[in-house]
This record gives sequence, structure tokens and C-alpha cells, in this order.
Amino acid sequence: MEIFANLATGFGIALSPFTLMLAIVGCFLGTIIGALPGLGPSNGVAILIPITFTVGLDATSALVLMTAVYYGAMYGGRISSILLNIPGDEPALMTTLDGYPMAKAGRAGDALVLSGVASFVGAFLATIGLMLLAPMLARVAFLFGPAEYFALYLLAFCTLGGMASNNQAKSAIAACIGLAIAMIGVDNSSGMPRLTGGNMHLMDGVDFLVAIVGLFAIAEVFFFIESHGKGSAIGVILDKVTIPWADIKDTKWTMLRSSGIGFVAGILPGAGASLGSFLAYMSEKSIAGEKGGFGTGVAKGIAAPEAGNNAAAGGALVPMLTLGVPGSGTTAVLLALLMTLNITPGPTLFTERPEVVWGLIASLLIANVVLLLMNVPMVKIFVRVLQVPSWILLPGVTMISFVGIYSLSGSYFDLLLMVGFGVLGYILRKLDIPTVPVILGILLGGNMENALRRAMVLSDGEMSYLFSTPISIGLWIAAIAGFVAPMFLRNVLRKPQAITD
Amino acid sequence: MNSDRIFGLVGLVTALAYIASATQIQTSFLADPVGPKAFPIIIGTVAAISCLVLMFRPDPDPEWPDARTWGGLALAVVVLVAYAYALKPLGFLLPTMVASGILSYQISPNARASALAGVSLSIGLFVLFKFALGLSLVGLPRFLQG
Repeated sequence: MEIFANLATGFGIALSPFTLMLAIVGCFLGTIIGALPGLGPSNGVAILIPITFTVGLDATSALVLMTAVYYGAMYGGRISSILLNIPGDEPALMTTLDGYPMAKAGRAGDALVLSGVASFVGAFLATIGLMLLAPMLARVAFLFGPAEYFALYLLAFCTLGGMASNNQAKSAIAACIGLAIAMIGVDNSSGMPRLTGGNMHLMDGVDFLVAIVGLFAIAEVFFFIESHGKGSAIGVILDKVTIPWADIKDTKWTMLRSSGIGFVAGILPGAGASLGSFLAYMSEKSIAGEKGGFGTGVAKGIAAPEAGNNAAAGGALVPMLTLGVPGSGTTAVLLALLMTLNITPGPTLFTERPEVVWGLIASLLIANVVLLLMNVPMVKIFVRVLQVPSWILLPGVTMISFVGIYSLSGSYFDLLLMVGFGVLGYILRKLDIPTVPVILGILLGGNMENALRRAMVLSDGEMSYLFSTPISIGLWIAAIAGFVAPMFLRNVLRKPQAITD
Repeated sequence: MNSDRIFGLVGLVTALAYIASATQIQTSFLADPVGPKAFPIIIGTVAAISCLVLMFRPDPDPEWPDARTWGGLALAVVVLVAYAYALKPLGFLLPTMVASGILSYQISPNARASALAGVSLSIGLFVLFKFALGLSLVGLPRFLQG
């Protein structure tokens, strides 16, 4: 069995004492980051990337540490969803629907443990799925030429735009902002500077880390200044934490079904974890029917979105690793991490650097087990973290962001750009324009243009080459459908709004 | 309604300026069929169309902060920009103390707590970055180092 041999290699890398320690540290940090209101997987991983880079860890260690933080933050996000009714990031929104009512009914401990177990099941199954599916997809990905890649990038922007926003025009604008920023700098193939406005600092282009930290972390500070840090006090009491065996037994099929749904949703490029938790919750709700009592704090209503969300997080790694196209905001941040470490995701990653892929998969499995063990008995410690007041947390986050970006380049210009992205992020989020397509645009813009230009070189400028193979035609159709379909489905698939007290 | 219209208009002007500057990009003798101009022009066009759509079919207005909060946000931006300029010449400790103190005061207006937050964050983070993580940070400006 090839998989087991590969997995053995992976565990050989991931089980060394040093990497194991990194995984545990990462899980712990990640859970805290996820639990803190105002920090989630995307901005938590984003502010840590520059620092990891400067500390000088090698590629595998950095990858193990950051994926542990990523998985940890997905786990931690549920804590603030359940206890504060504040989702740490978008996919955690569905967990608040039943998690918060259950916590208010005095079962906060049960809700936390149950959601922890559901997260474990979802993430574990998704990692298995990733192991089986990713090598197969990597083989298919070898058939992809520049025309197919161009269509694939287009598909990612279209589906992401379709799902992430309520207004297609707004998500298209967001993607264009990102792509437009990606064009700034020296042109790869002609060596001529483009759109720099004569500014020397812009010759190298805009570093995507600067944009990510600005849009995700600095913008958050502005939101806290606007709200004066209100609404971050714990309203529910957490007594003894016991393991609700009966609930876990009751929800085993829910968890399995939701993991499957979440995984598939995660694989779709651009769709990601929000769609996974949403579909998982909605399908369980319709299976349970009116008598299910979804929305009033039932066990299945917590298990479904958490399993779906974490399974989607694993599923989103499939297109990210095999094709280099991330499926969600957080995987976009992970892609940024890989690019910082000089690892190019894509089909060749599986053949040329198997130790990275399988080391990553093995560390995901390890992180998952560590997280389950850490989250059930130690949940009270993480709950204590929620009491860190926002007037010390947010300035701290800002300063960490500044130091991280400053230590990357040592230039005040990047810091100014970061503040600028923070302001942009505030305005965009106020206007309900999604920021994830901006990030994706900056990350993928260069590759997308290169794919188009290489395709045109191959065909000598013949446009029809873009639609010449079955794969590319399929991708184009999916892209157009992914952009147009949500307009008609909007009334059917209305996002449920967060409940208010 | 108006927010989206204004944003659409600003976006449209930006997109047109972007297209205009994209047409000025120098092409080199190593020409490929697409060249360095085409893709930026396509992006600008898509952005311009989307902005037009936004102007004609705007969403309802978001809840904008009141004038005082706007003032606070503007002050925060000024503080952050000043911090960006100050970090190199003045070292880490002093600018961080001031900047995080002001931000903290803006989130929760309590002078003593904010002063405490400023001092403890600047010293705590300096120790963390410098000694635990080994980043090369300069603590104090040169004229204070003696």
C-alpha cells in the first residue's frame, strides 16, 4: 500500500520531538487565538506568518507549527461562538445558532465538549479524505495546461464571489481590487515596471502578507474602536465540565453525514468552510424536521455545523495543495504561508517534495488528536482567555502586526501600506464587500495572468484555445454557473442571521 | 443607498485611471501575444462594469458611526501612521508605549488602565520578541543609549 508507506514517511518527520513540541505549542496558541473575540483562523495565522518567518524555522517545522495553529483556531472559534454568541470567523456563525441557546440553558460545558468531539470527527475524516483524494487529484492536475489553469483561477473567483457576498457586483469589485494590486511591480515576462507610479518602493510589488495583516488584523482594531469593545463579556456560566456520552451517541450519524457534506463543500475551489457548515446545518435541520427543534439549543444543531466546518477546512486543503487554488479565506492565508516558505503548491509538490505533503498530513492527524485531548479537559483554561479585556488585546494585536511586518522588510513604507489596507478593510467590510477575494486576487493575480499569457503564446494569440479541451470547457461552465446561480438561489439559500438576545 | 453609489463612483474613477495608466505601460522587444497591458486593462474593465452595476443597483446603507467615532477612527489612523514613521528612529519601547496606550484608551476610555496597557504591552512584547524569539529589535533611540 503506497499510502501507508507515504504516511510512515510523514510520521517519521512529524513525530520527532521538536516537531511534536511545535505541534503542541501550535495547537495551544491556535485554540487561544480562535477563542479570543476578534481573532480567528485567518487573522491569527496571518499575524503569526511574518514572525515565524523571521524566527527562522525550516519549511517543514514552520508548516507543522502553522497548520497546528490553523486547526487549533478552528477548534477555538467554537468557544467564543458558544459562550459569547460571537463567531470567531464566518463558518463559526452556524455554531452560534444552537450553541448559544444551549449554553444559556445551563449546558455550556456539554456544548463545548460535544462541539469539540464533532470538530474532531469532522477534521479527522477530512484528513483521511485528503489522504485518499489529493494524490489522485494531483495525477489529474498534471493534465492541466495554462488554459485550464486560467479557467480554474476564474472558477475560484466566481464561486468565492458567489458564496461570500450577497451582491455579485461587490464580490467582483473585491476580486478586481486584489488582481489590480497584484499587477503592480515589475512585469515577469517583459521586465518592465508596471503601475508603480514611479514609486521605488512599489517596484517589488505589494507583499501579500502586508495586505493580509492589514485587511484582517488592523481592520479589526478599527471595528473595536467603533464599538468600544462592547459585547465581549461572558453572559453564561460554565460549571463542571463532564462528557455528555448520551449526546455524542445520539449525534454520531449527524457527525458522519455532516463531515461528508463539509468535505465535499470544502473541495470546491472558492466555496470553503462557510458553505460546508451552512449545508451541514441545513441538511440536518431538514432531516430532523419541525420536531428537531433546531435553533433552540439541540445537540444535533451543534454537532452538524462543527463537523461540517472542520471537515470543510480539511477538504479545502485538497485544491490548495494539488492545484494551488485555495478554497477559503484561511486556506488563502495558508497558501500565503507556503509561498513565503518558497513551496509552490501544485501537482508537482506531491512528486518532488513528498516529505512536505505527507509531513503536513501526518502533523494534521497529530494536531487533531492533541486538540481533542487538550480541549476536553482544559476547556476551562481557554474559557479564562475570553476574559482578556479588548482594551489590552487589540493594541497588543496591532503591535504584533507592526513588529511582524517591520521585521520582514524593515521599511516604514510596508507599515504605511498595512495601515492603508486596514482602512480599506474597514470600509469594505462596512459596505458588505467581502475581503477574501481581495486576498485571493493578490495571491493568484500573477499566476492567473501568466497562465493567460502562456496559453496565448502556445496558441499564437488564438482566443479559442482557452476553450479547447473538455477540462477547460467544464471549468468555464462551472465558473459561470458558480457566479450566476447564487443570484437565483438567494431566496432559497438565505443565510440565517445570528440570533440576538 | 448613497454609500454604495459613492463607493461605485469612486471605484469607477479609480478603475478608469487604472486603465489609463495601464495603456501607458512600456512594452519591451520580448513581446508575447498578450503583452503586459492586456490583463490590467481587462481587470480595470471588469471593475468599471461592476462599479456601474453597483451605482445603479445599490444595497441599503450600512450603519455608519457618528461624527465623534469618525474622529476617533481618524485619530487611530494618525497614531498608526505616526507609529510607522517613529518605529525606526525612536526604537521600539517609547513609540509602542504611546501608540498602544492611545489605542487602548480609544477602545475603553479609562486613563489608568490604558497607561498600564501601554507600558506593559511595550515592555512585555519587547521581552517576548527580543529575548524569547530572538528578533533584532532596537529598544531605545540612540541618544538615550549612552
